[in-house]
Amino acid sequence: MATTAVSVERKNYINAEYGIRSWLFTTDHKRIALLYLVSITAFFFIGGFFALLIRLELLTPAGDLLTADMYNKAFSMHGQIMVFFFLIPSIPAVLGNFLIPMMVGAKDLAFPRINLLSWYIYIAAGCLYILCIASGGVDTGWTFYTPYSSQFSNTRVVEAALAIFTAGFSSILTGLNFVVTVHRMRAPGMTWSRLPLFVWSHYATSIIMLLGTPIIAITLVLVALERALNLGIFDPTRGGDPVLFQHLFWFYSHPAVYIMILPSMAVVSEIVPCFSRKRIFGYNFVAMSSIAIAAIGFLVWAHHMFVAGISVYSALVFSFLSFLVAVPSAIKVFNWTATMYKGSVSFSTPMLYAIGFIGLFTMGGLTGVFLATLGIDVHVHDTYFVIAHFHYVMVGGAVLGFLGGMHFWWPKITGRMYPESWGRLAAIIVFIGFNLTFFPQFILGYLGMPRRYWDYSHMPEWQGLNVLSTAGASILAVGYLLPMVYLAWSLRYGKPAPDNPWQATGLEWRTPSPPPTFNFDEIPVVTWEAYEYDNMPLPEEVTLER
Amino acid sequence: MFDNFPLWPASASSHSLPVDLLYIFLVLLSTAATVGIAVAIGIFGMKYRRHRHPEAEQIEGSLILEIAWSITPLGIFMVIFVWGAVLFFNLRTPPQDSAEIYVVGKQWMWKLQHMEGVREINELHVPVDKDIKLIMTSQDVIHSFFVPAFRIKQDVLPGRYTTLWFRATKTGTYHLFCSQYCGTMHSGMIGEVVVMKPSDYQAWLTGGAPVGSLAQNGQTMFMQLGCQTCHRSDVQGRGPNLVGVFGRPVQLEDGRTVIADENYVRQHILTPGKTVVSGFKNIMPSWQGQITEEQLNELVAYIKSLNPSPAGAAGGPTNNPGPATTEARD
Repeated sequence: MATTAVSVERKNYINAEYGIRSWLFTTDHKRIALLYLVSITAFFFIGGFFALLIRLELLTPAGDLLTADMYNKAFSMHGQIMVFFFLIPSIPAVLGNFLIPMMVGAKDLAFPRINLLSWYIYIAAGCLYILCIASGGVDTGWTFYTPYSSQFSNTRVVEAALAIFTAGFSSILTGLNFVVTVHRMRAPGMTWSRLPLFVWSHYATSIIMLLGTPIIAITLVLVALERALNLGIFDPTRGGDPVLFQHLFWFYSHPAVYIMILPSMAVVSEIVPCFSRKRIFGYNFVAMSSIAIAAIGFLVWAHHMFVAGISVYSALVFSFLSFLVAVPSAIKVFNWTATMYKGSVSFSTPMLYAIGFIGLFTMGGLTGVFLATLGIDVHVHDTYFVIAHFHYVMVGGAVLGFLGGMHFWWPKITGRMYPESWGRLAAIIVFIGFNLTFFPQFILGYLGMPRRYWDYSHMPEWQGLNVLSTAGASILAVGYLLPMVYLAWSLRYGKPAPDNPWQATGLEWRTPSPPPTFNFDEIPVVTWEAYEYDNMPLPEEVTLER
Repeated sequence: MFDNFPLWPASASSHSLPVDLLYIFLVLLSTAATVGIAVAIGIFGMKYRRHRHPEAEQIEGSLILEIAWSITPLGIFMVIFVWGAVLFFNLRTPPQDSAEIYVVGKQWMWKLQHMEGVREINELHVPVDKDIKLIMTSQDVIHSFFVPAFRIKQDVLPGRYTTLWFRATKTGTYHLFCSQYCGTMHSGMIGEVVVMKPSDYQAWLTGGAPVGSLAQNGQTMFMQLGCQTCHRSDVQGRGPNLVGVFGRPVQLEDGRTVIADENYVRQHILTPGKTVVSGFKNIMPSWQGQITEEQLNELVAYIKSLNPSPAGAAGGPTNNPGPATTEARD
């Protein structure tokens, strides 16, 4: 194990080379992870800006702040940016990129140059999307439903479709890299059953990326071609079928939900054992439930279409399968909770995020059960109930996991500790702000407020709950900005981080903070199981308080 | 249920109570599950807090527990699945003798055609305690017909019919929304469903200027377009005799047999070449783009009215939500 003394002169991946070229032409997975971190953070704030516009417009019933077209563009671009340019790359491309090679005991990913290529593709796609925004934006919703998107919208649909098509390749290459790395690059002794659950979960994610992304890519190309060449694939007046688009879209976009949530589950599976000082409860079940989610997740897409005109029988099948996919998620929640039993629990910042994740993901998952229930879905489909449900999964789940993971591995990534009490404060603010924003939307949804409504002046009774939601969003915004500030502050003023501040078990903690360019001075030989916390000392109280 | 509680939607159809009951069951169950997890985390967090419990006890896991907490949710889920499926089946199966109303969605309004010929825009008047079946289509993008107080919703698609049924149980005025995003004024595509006492409804229906019934208008259309020159009521015509065709199986030239339901009739009028009837030539012109959705509805209503059987006009056996002809387009 490396020494805990930090010497400033020691070469690591950050100070190994200087200058902009050393970053733009790097093939180091850790540097690429940081390139991704900066880029997805930028998109997070652009997407967040559109969210702000939405919440401000809905503060009053009348459509008074934005025009109808501006509002439609705001929610469309909020959705597209958050899904395709933030959530999907977020944890895999940043934390996955940074950690997977270290966790399996490798010097880098299997294809370092392809890894860099995937970032350039992402940036190209991002530029294309910025161009789309600058030239007027797009108003199709993030779902691009035809024939509105293919024949009726007069906004920049082709540009948006091509941007997302391009971003897909970045995702495919990242997935490919992870799959090959996990298969081929594991250190001696790092058997499949010794892999950290972070790796298992990312493996499942990568399979979805590889198998699902080509479908959305080709579907969006079809929309673009339909607009450009008037093909008629989705045009009913020429024998096309607009509902076909929905099948193709959701065939990817439902599994894409698991691309967003599995990596967060990956993070939580690392944090909970570490701050409970215990082996994870039911390792095999947690690992296999990730694979089960990826597999069954491909068979549930039409639960987005129960009122879209599919037959009763296909609705029955897809409802049944959707209940099945809820089981592995439940297994994970139970195992994380059981991991705390008889542990030695500390509520440090990452643990607060992990617990927040478990609670909010449980609520997101259970409200997903409502939506899988045919008779209920008919009423709440396309209402704010759905909006609330998927924000519980994608913000309460995916974003909290991302923030938890960023705090957990911040000392490893930057070599600095963040201020613990600010960290806890921000975690609590995020949790409160989030619930205040999205819980009222469940009630609004059951009341019948349809999603994507710019003006609700005929239904002034909806205003109270919308005001709560907007107020919550302001608190949530503070919760997001705080870590930006103190994490940036810590880069310069944070305490130097020891190699293993949490006394965690992963291989990434057995190398200096920040790690050297090739991660390990010599490739480790693994002779132990994952999460052997009985062999680890308690972390120093200096960094962990109580 | 909860009639004057502002956080609960009005309940005004035969679907409302069953949907609410299942919803309340799910809310209670989810609350119990969430609170259960939160309490467990809370207790473990307090009892095994590091300063009280510095030495963790290593536990690998428990096969029995894993099986228990996989099977238990699965069992509960299956109960919910069946319960929800039964509701859905009911929502999608209109009673045989439902009164029919045609609905056309367009950016950004709802157009409604009563069988009696009365037309409305963004307002739907219906009698209380009567089964109503909506036969809906769109003339542009996808819309969705949503009446929260009735707990019903169905997407309205261009190029085909989808159906929806309800029985209003309480007089009053209820919101009608478009819930599928349809462009600029999506949030303006709203209206009202006015549920009236049967006598008031009759008065309303006959109150305006006299109009021909939907089927009569359809017959006029049929003559104007010259359909009757081929579709004669004897066997001499170059096209099949349409009397009694609706709701029956039709043998097609390509070997398929399809039920002549509303979707079949509309498809055949728009793209006759795709469903040439066995024994006839492909000579019928397409009316795609020649007639409006409302006129198409009138023609369909007319052809339905040609059924000699008394239940003919009500649609009868063709309302099955099952596979038949809709399956192929799913």
